[in-house]
Amino acid sequence: MASLRDIQTRITSTKKTSQITKAMQMVSASKLNRAETNAKSFVPYMEKIQEVVASIALGSKDVTHPMLVSRPVKKTGYLVITSDRGLAGAYNSSILRYVYKKIQERHKSKDEYVVIAVGRVGRDFFRMRGIEAIESITGLPDQPSFADVKEIVRKTVDLFSEGTYDELYMYYNHFVNAIQQDVTEKKVLPLTDIESSGGRLSSYEFEPSAEEILEVLLPQYAESLIYGALLDGKASEHAARMTAMQNATDNAKELISSLTLQYNRARQAAITQEITEIVGGAAALE
Amino acid sequence: MKTFNVNIVTPDGPVVDTNVELVSAKAQSGELGIMAGHVPMVAPLQIGAVRLVLGGNTSEVVAISGGFLEVRPDQVTILAQAAEKAENIDVARAKEAQMRAERRLQDKQDHIDFKRAELALKRATNRINVSQGKL
Repeated sequence: MASLRDIQTRITSTKKTSQITKAMQMVSASKLNRAETNAKSFVPYMEKIQEVVASIALGSKDVTHPMLVSRPVKKTGYLVITSDRGLAGAYNSSILRYVYKKIQERHKSKDEYVVIAVGRVGRDFFRMRGIEAIESITGLPDQPSFADVKEIVRKTVDLFSEGTYDELYMYYNHFVNAIQQDVTEKKVLPLTDIESSGGRLSSYEFEPSAEEILEVLLPQYAESLIYGALLDGKASEHAARMTAMQNATDNAKELISSLTLQYNRARQAAITQEITEIVGGAAALE
Repeated sequence: MKTFNVNIVTPDGPVVDTNVELVSAKAQSGELGIMAGHVPMVAPLQIGAVRLVLGGNTSEVVAISGGFLEVRPDQVTILAQAAEKAENIDVARAKEAQMRAERRLQDKQDHIDFKRAELALKRATNRINVSQGKL
């Protein structure tokens, strides 16, 4: 049985850990709040752009654009959104496991795909498996503004236009609620499945021409799809971290209470032993 | 005069939602003025200022970069990657960005993306102009 002092030390250290996890949980909770607000303020933009893209791309059948056409796939791009830091439960591992499995299923050689990694955990995961991400971004702020991610987002879309890859999939954790985040796979490019929301819209006049408008509009649309996923991923990250830290705090509490019990028992045993010794000593004197 | 609703939306949230008499913007094909009852249309915009005439003599200026304008029978929407009202522009930051972009352009090093530096300069200059009320 551990000595009294050993148990005391363990209780103190567990208490300190639980204080830290508790603090981290509260930080994540407030970050989650902000992230949710951000994601919400992005919704009107996304809806609008989707509406316009749908009405132009679907409205006029004779308009084409490289981004709308599926071409033979020689190379696939995978955009994987992870976090920079761990301590977020299964947030990173579930997504990386999913992507890695998909890649193994779909491709035989490494020449058939490229990886773009958002977040340090994702980049290091692929690096360890001998896959160097062609583009990676780390140190993304907790509340990314569009300006923060413009570079990577534009690069990703440009790489498709330049023909580095012929299709682009994106993987992120979709934020359902504070305790549930789903791994989501989304095909970003080519833009084959544009949903038309709200039915047929008025036919537009194009200034100067439909083609030139698509030239501006489609990259912007693809960029906003990715930005939306980044925001969604951030919200999930904070939620996952919050839950993980909550669990850690709960576990620490449980551990403390069982250690305290052990401590009291040991203390009692020591006292009992002392009494027995004294009584034994007194009895020997008589 | 008849008014209509104008929305300016960016990925970071809506910037303007108001009723106006006239919107004047710089499209890629030239200056555009839109009043109530305009034909539905879509046009990409240049980096520049959008003027919203609220009625009477009041008007508001918004700096826009990268985006397009959509006109519908009852409302006008501007979707931009960035938009700032004149009074909200951080002039010091814009000036800093302008200087940085100018320096990059002058450096004439190979690895610098000229097009990007030029665009950055344009955006910064635009924001400074708008904040000072120059159009």
